[in-house]
Amino acid sequence: MTDSKYFTTTKKGEIFELKAELNSDKKEKKKEAVKKVIASMTVGKDVSALFPDVVNCMQTDNLELKKLVYLYLMNYAKSQPDMAIMAVNTFVKDCEDPNPLIRALAVRTMGCIRVDKITEYLCEPLRKCLKDEDPYVRKTAAVCVAKLHDINAQLVEDQGFLDTLKDLISDSNPMVVANAVAALSEIAESHPNSNLLDLNPQSINKLLTALNECTEWGQIFILDCLANYAPRDDRESQSICERVTPRLSHANSAVVLSAVKVLMKFMEMLPKDLDYYGTLLKKLAPPLVTLLSAEPELQYVALRNINLIVQKRPEILKHEMKVFFVKYNDPIYVKLEKLDIMIRLASQANIAQVLAELKEYATEVDVDFVRKAVRAIGRCAIKVEQSAERCVSTLLDLIQTKVNYVVQEAIVVIKDIFRKYPNKYESVIATLCENLDSLDEPEARAAMIWIVGEYAERIDNADELLESFLEGFHDESTQVQLQLLTAIVKLFLKKPTETQELVQQVLSLATQDSDNPDLRDRGYIYWRLLSTDPVAAKEVVLAEKPLISEETDLIEPTLLEELICHIGTLASVYHKPPSAFVEGSRGVMHKRLPARTGSGESTESPDVGTIAGGSGTETAPSIIPSQGDLLGDLLNLDLAPPTTTGPPPPTSGMQMGGMDLLGGGLDSLMGDESEPLGGDIGGSAAMGAGFGAVPAVMPASLNAPMGGGLGDLFDLGGGVGMPLGAYIPPKTVWLPAMKAKGLEISGTFARRAGVIQMELTLTNKAMSVMTDFAIQFNRNSFGLAPAGPLQVLSPLSPNQTIEVSLPLSTVGPVMKMEPLNNLQVAVKNNIDVFYFSCQYPISMLFVEDGKMERQVFLATWKDIPNENESQFQIKDCHLNSDAASNKLQASNIFTIAKRTVEGQDMLYMSIKLSNGIWVLAELRVQTGNPNYTISVKCRAPEVSQCVFQCCEAVLKN
Amino acid sequence: MSHEAVRVDPDMEYLTPGVVDLEQMFWTGLGATYTHCNQVWPNLYIGDKKTALEKPGLVEMGVTHIINAAEGTWNNVSTEMIHSLFLVNPSGDIFLEKHWKSVVSRSVCDYFLEAREKALDPEDVPPVISTPHHYLISIYRDKLFFLSVIQTEVPPLFVIEFLHRVAEMIQDYFGECSETVIKDNVVMVYELLEEMLDNGFPLATESNVLKEMIRPPTILRSVVNTLTGSSNVGDKLPTGQLSTIPWRRAGVKYTNNEAYFDVVEEIDAILDRTGTTVFAEIQGVVEACVKLSGMPDLTLSFMNPRLLDDVSFHPCVRYKRWESERVLSFIPPDGNFTLMTYHVNAQNLVAIPVYVKHSINFFESGSGGRLDLTVGPKQTMGKTVEGVLVTVHMPKTVLSVSLNATQGSYTYDNATKVLVWDIGKLNPQKLPNLRGSLSLQTGAPKPEENPSLNIDLKIQQLAISGLKVNRLDMFGEKYKPFKGVKYITKAGKFQVRM
Repeated sequence: MTDSKYFTTTKKGEIFELKAELNSDKKEKKKEAVKKVIASMTVGKDVSALFPDVVNCMQTDNLELKKLVYLYLMNYAKSQPDMAIMAVNTFVKDCEDPNPLIRALAVRTMGCIRVDKITEYLCEPLRKCLKDEDPYVRKTAAVCVAKLHDINAQLVEDQGFLDTLKDLISDSNPMVVANAVAALSEIAESHPNSNLLDLNPQSINKLLTALNECTEWGQIFILDCLANYAPRDDRESQSICERVTPRLSHANSAVVLSAVKVLMKFMEMLPKDLDYYGTLLKKLAPPLVTLLSAEPELQYVALRNINLIVQKRPEILKHEMKVFFVKYNDPIYVKLEKLDIMIRLASQANIAQVLAELKEYATEVDVDFVRKAVRAIGRCAIKVEQSAERCVSTLLDLIQTKVNYVVQEAIVVIKDIFRKYPNKYESVIATLCENLDSLDEPEARAAMIWIVGEYAERIDNADELLESFLEGFHDESTQVQLQLLTAIVKLFLKKPTETQELVQQVLSLATQDSDNPDLRDRGYIYWRLLSTDPVAAKEVVLAEKPLISEETDLIEPTLLEELICHIGTLASVYHKPPSAFVEGSRGVMHKRLPARTGSGESTESPDVGTIAGGSGTETAPSIIPSQGDLLGDLLNLDLAPPTTTGPPPPTSGMQMGGMDLLGGGLDSLMGDESEPLGGDIGGSAAMGAGFGAVPAVMPASLNAPMGGGLGDLFDLGGGVGMPLGAYIPPKTVWLPAMKAKGLEISGTFARRAGVIQMELTLTNKAMSVMTDFAIQFNRNSFGLAPAGPLQVLSPLSPNQTIEVSLPLSTVGPVMKMEPLNNLQVAVKNNIDVFYFSCQYPISMLFVEDGKMERQVFLATWKDIPNENESQFQIKDCHLNSDAASNKLQASNIFTIAKRTVEGQDMLYMSIKLSNGIWVLAELRVQTGNPNYTISVKCRAPEVSQCVFQCCEAVLKN
Repeated sequence: MSHEAVRVDPDMEYLTPGVVDLEQMFWTGLGATYTHCNQVWPNLYIGDKKTALEKPGLVEMGVTHIINAAEGTWNNVSTEMIHSLFLVNPSGDIFLEKHWKSVVSRSVCDYFLEAREKALDPEDVPPVISTPHHYLISIYRDKLFFLSVIQTEVPPLFVIEFLHRVAEMIQDYFGECSETVIKDNVVMVYELLEEMLDNGFPLATESNVLKEMIRPPTILRSVVNTLTGSSNVGDKLPTGQLSTIPWRRAGVKYTNNEAYFDVVEEIDAILDRTGTTVFAEIQGVVEACVKLSGMPDLTLSFMNPRLLDDVSFHPCVRYKRWESERVLSFIPPDGNFTLMTYHVNAQNLVAIPVYVKHSINFFESGSGGRLDLTVGPKQTMGKTVEGVLVTVHMPKTVLSVSLNATQGSYTYDNATKVLVWDIGKLNPQKLPNLRGSLSLQTGAPKPEENPSLNIDLKIQQLAISGLKVNRLDMFGEKYKPFKGVKYITKAGKFQVRM
């Protein structure tokens, strides 16, 4: 006899029949009937109509029947809330049952019934169960608190269940501890700011003890919870790591990966010269390798995480290349991931082996995999310079196979290789041209056209080749059309005599016969450029192209840091920050790797090294923003047009479409912006890159002159209305010449009409000319970042001094610095990269709309807890309160009200920082007393000290 | 003139949306990413319930008023880890569903079935699929898909491990994991699933504990149950559930006390065309069958434990003892369990037991080709290699084969293009050979792709890594148990490139 009999009921009146059986007097028949109901439920049949009848079976001594009824209730209670109330009495009674199994079952089921009305009845039984003598009941009750919180958070808080739950962390039974931790972290997840899991060394110790004793699942919860803790110093960090390391040998891969997360995170705090650091690195490799011998699904998740780990700490797996070799019968999703990691681990030492493997893969059956393998060869060439030649010859071998998709992929990657190593491998162009006819994919066609256009002078029949594409111009995809347009213009500029007709033809196709605005715009730009100033056109279109950098496919460092903190989660599988997920993200908080503490030295911190290291020429604005960000940026630009008279400046590549290109604006546009624009349009080998970068680069460089102009306007106004200018500290030497091979930098910061400027004086004290200046900031407390490139247009000759003003934005990556207003800067020139750090007056960040409403001020002042208030003395200041107020106002410290009590003036002031933090202050000035008292209140008390220093500097200036 | 590097991701050719695309986006509303809260105008936000409930966050943003524009009365986001489980058979039918919270319509599986359609092979279905409102995490095991629906950020490995545990539990209870068996025991499976997970927290996944709560079916018991009306559900709290050794129940009693250990090693290897090892490693596992009364405390030691590169243990193994003395010290679960798995990847330690001489040629004309295979023993440590099975994935255009095997038999499946040669025992004196001709589809060109060859084999009484158990000691109980160790070596993913 099997359960399949429960499925075989007569079709007619099935529900009716069941109803009768459920109401039968015979126990056995009842049980069988409930089983039938459950069986229908498992195949998705709707049996909710039987609700009252099933609930009637609930009062029974038979445990199995009770369980079955409870199963049914959980499924349907939500759809029948009124009926569910009927069950409440039984639940309450069962919670008193002498058998702990039944008590636990009742409290568990009650929590699953997501009906608002039932929750109030649940409180008393739950309270009892949380204190039950039996640990099985307690651990079930702990989970129930989380369930109840999900239904009615307020109720749980009012009833004090959260405190009871916190007490359970100290329970004698490790299973109860694990469930309490799991419940608390789940609740904390939906209320990120509630500070529920108050992690301190004592509670951490408790968790670590429980870690050794509880089940594997409990271990996962505890480890995930530990990962949120910020150890005080490297010693604590090390001791936690030591106690977590044994988890790496657990049979459950989820435990292993959670342990890896904790170790990866806390390792960040350990000094690299510590012996233990090296030991830990060695211990991490074997378990990661072992994960790859598990079931393919586990392998996949492990590989996605390993992908992050090798980017963060390549040294861990650098000797394990072979385990990532692809096996024939790996599922395709595993194959593709392995391939990706192989490239990441490729180095000069192992490149021969990697290439041999990749070549092997390129002859496999699966098309997607073969394509990716061919691309991988191209990536190797770009990553490991020494291997480029072998890669190219491997690619040529593959082209000889004439397998269509292989050839197409190969051509796409060869284009990238050309861009990385110009003037090196052009001899292969002839071979490529032979395959022109077989290309049917847009990407491959576009790549081939780019190659023909770029090297038109070396290809005798370039005009014929391009002309052949032109015949079916309107049938091509946009990508190909754009590329063809550019390529023909390039050809024309290189061989003007014989291609005039061709260029006319393509321009008219693009501008007159096309509906695509992008294509039209580009056509018009070229047209006008060619007709007004062919020399300029040449400079623009044939401009030297930016090299593609080696580590182009790396995840952006801040994102990588965040993802490392989320190892083992969905975020790590999708390589997206949790905030990008539709549902269930962990609120708005962003996790960060902890900074190293202990013996820290500021200027040579590893972060500066990594940013300015690597390619060395990379600067922040050229990073392609992710799609979401980009869209956001564009919208922002549209929302906040500069309020000036005259034509609005083109702020992004997109808006150009809206401009009258034939109007007078164009010439000036081209005049100012020829370099970046030319670079992007002319050098659109990787269109994604070029155009992706446009919106990020252009507004920045345009803002520079714009901001200056605006500043002048406001300065004029200021001369009339405001008696005082904003406080600008005097320039100080930031980088002495002897530390920077002859380059001396001194500077200061200023805020002019809402734009933060970094004002630099560069002096060349060396004997040779300096060129190619670039600047980059490390992440800092307020996200300061250069809003444009460093504009040093002419080379700096020996003994020459130049003044540069660099506009800054506050949208860069954020990391808390010590002191708060510390800024680490890297400056590069043709000689080397130099690092220095400086401190900016925090008044730079005080925004113009920082004047609070009086009412709001009062409310906010009261709202901020008193422990956030700090008091300072400003000594030897001889201003009266009005003068002080004026002076402060000039630096965007606004006086809201003034009160005089017993000869003492009280000024109430508000400040708003660029990141939206409000600072409130009260300044007390006693007539005749040169010492002021200032009280600062802010939700982020760490800024108080800075604010005070700044007020002092402003007042004394 | 200098230029800055531009980031290019060759795999994700991201193009800035052009005017046309932007226009499209505004019309269709696609392309923007969802966040909990967006500032749509200075000081004007659109956010979800989560944002609205979070007071400190609101204060920080300076929100003073909220207008509720939500639809419906009960629109909150679930926090349950594993929301639902669906079992799907290879033809795409859902034959069991279990919901731990509210009922999720089975139409959510459509995304999965779509991916299933797209994949060439059921094994190629990606294990994590995202849909607009859920994530689907699935495993493929025993020709069944175990598909879980989740809504929150959950560690995917947690889910996958749990799903494998479900499959193992079914296997353990009913002897096999198949659609028929699950359908036959649907109510019990349902009860078990409920026992295993509560609100996303696994409750009891140890087979010992589960079996005390819900007794596995036996023919005898179902007869007794029918006669007496008693049930399969245990009415006492399982003893192991809350002790510090949750894997063992109390009061175990056997008349014959015995403990057997199987050391099973699998060789994963890739050999290239010339027979050189590209990559090789050994995956080892120590399976235990322990039937001992009371609370025995065992110590197992190896002759050469330093051999192992990485080890993972059953929770019962005391890690500290292993760290300090390299012995396995544990109180075993009752019955069958995996004591440890290990890994040997020092290449020189991995012996390759067989070699393959192969040649496959296709005629330039494209009408056919020839195949010649010989298999012989290599490093076998003097043992016999048995159960040798060679599998060749032929190029797609190979229509039929006409071969002659000196030993064993072969089959060719034209649908999957797989040639299987079942050799059996390897005789070093007379090496098995398979040769003959291949015929291609008429008009098909000479195949481009290289076929690949997989080997299955078995060697009894040998752990190829050389691992040897030294001794097994028992403490805590008085009786003398029977003890035994068995070694076996198999081929894992053993692949030869042709």
